[in-house]
Amino acid sequence: MPIKFEKVTYEYPAEENAVVAVKDVSLEIADGSFVCICGENGSGKSTLAMLMNGLLQPTSGAVTVDGKTTSTEEEEELFAIRQKVGMVFQNPDNQMIASIIEDEIAFGPENLGVPREEIGERIDYALSAVGMTEHRRHTPYKLSGGQKQRIAIAAVLAMRPEVLVLDESTAMLDPKGRGEVLKVAEELNKQGITIVLITHFMEEATRADRVIVMSEGKVVMDGTPEQVFRDRESIERYGLELPAPDAVAAELIKEGIPLEDKIYSESELAEAICRLK
Amino acid sequence: MNNVVFGQYYPTDSVIHRLDARIKLLAVILYIVTVFFIVDYVMYAALFLFVILVSVVAKIPLKVLLRTVRTIVFLVLITAVINLFFTKGEVLWAHWKFIKIYKEGVEHAVKLALRLILLMLFPSLLTLTTTPMELTDALESLMSPLKLIKVPVHAIALIMSIALRMIPILMEETNKIMLAQKARGADFDTGGAFKKAKAMIPVLVPLFVGAFRRADELALAMDARCYSSVANRTKYKVMKLTLKDLVASVVCLAVFSLVFLNKYLFPFDEMILSLFK
Repeated sequence: MPIKFEKVTYEYPAEENAVVAVKDVSLEIADGSFVCICGENGSGKSTLAMLMNGLLQPTSGAVTVDGKTTSTEEEEELFAIRQKVGMVFQNPDNQMIASIIEDEIAFGPENLGVPREEIGERIDYALSAVGMTEHRRHTPYKLSGGQKQRIAIAAVLAMRPEVLVLDESTAMLDPKGRGEVLKVAEELNKQGITIVLITHFMEEATRADRVIVMSEGKVVMDGTPEQVFRDRESIERYGLELPAPDAVAAELIKEGIPLEDKIYSESELAEAICRLK
Repeated sequence: MNNVVFGQYYPTDSVIHRLDARIKLLAVILYIVTVFFIVDYVMYAALFLFVILVSVVAKIPLKVLLRTVRTIVFLVLITAVINLFFTKGEVLWAHWKFIKIYKEGVEHAVKLALRLILLMLFPSLLTLTTTPMELTDALESLMSPLKLIKVPVHAIALIMSIALRMIPILMEETNKIMLAQKARGADFDTGGAFKKAKAMIPVLVPLFVGAFRRADELALAMDARCYSSVANRTKYKVMKLTLKDLVASVVCLAVFSLVFLNKYLFPFDEMILSLFK
């Protein structure tokens, strides 16, 4: 069930100088893929995310989920799309409704009218999927940022989505919390959930199987991490920064040093350089 | 700012915690009415005993319970003093020309102080043993007959629970803003009341702006999770009256009716007092 953008343009309504956040974007997000959308602030990546589940509707062009357009006024059709395309936002404190974690997770299924017994099962599933089962009856207030974000993911999982959009969900977290959230995302991807990760940290893109770079509302790069990372100059032109080992590797390759063209971690790169003759 | 206990849940695994919140809420309402019908010390003692017994069963340390009274110490003192000087009757103690203390004044002052403390204690037990979420659910359930006259009961309950959830977050933010302003030389601690109030303006403005931004994001997150106040939602937590709720109701009614019996039908307190003479 791909998400499909066809010549999508989105303008934020304004009295004068309407801001065009997304310009003529066409793309398709395949089932079960792990897509990372990168771009600097104001590149239109968050707008793109909100177009995916009808929170925003395109000014022109069409977004379809499972062949159904998001440009509808019917609440029922919109809800069907939002159930399939779940979304986690940047600030965990600003997306939680309840004071107890299990109530928070029940909120989505309650909105969908899921029967009571099944909500219990869904809470069990969602909490174990993010590894927070023991916190079921706690308050989210005292958790760390990474844990709060995992609860926010669980709250979406309880709606049984097919796609999980993480809209800069790691931006406010410390490295540890970011690691926790990414691990959960990878784990869910293995279980068949499509992940759309929106970020301005390029190192997160190394985990994806497709990287899309946005700049000024347009898709400017699109490919596997290897393909995108090779073009260091373009990446920097679009206001992004390669992770250190990949930046070093890209420079070395440009200088004609025969390194393998792939994504390196620090230790892998060190080893590869040592093996050079 | 963080030691206000009123409205803060104290988790233990007691029976009182597990009672139906509706029963607890109704008991508190009845209790408040009852307190106003107490006429003499024996019944005050009886109610104090009752409150202490409930807190023992609820496994709430007496220290925690008494802390709630701290917030009204001033109110108690002021009303007691006013009553002490302004109730006329039999002269007990006279000094100078215009200050006289009457027997009735002392009695009034003591009884009012006792009454205020009692009024604080039992409702505090309610908030110490019941989560804000349960309380709003209870209110929603008790107000549900109002749905017949088109009162949006569910929306009101949700607004209340979100407000409750945001209190600690906004408090934290207030502290942060105040610290930031202090770091830039703002002065909140000196000057008269007017100057102090004026010093709060640079705190309130960013606080309000922040609160509106949060509200906006929260609304988006609720939209993304298919919230609609009109759709047929299910409810995960269903409140069911059980045997323990029945027992608790009977106990409360029995205790409260003692007060009314004592006042209107059978003044047994005099008998009890005469036993000691």
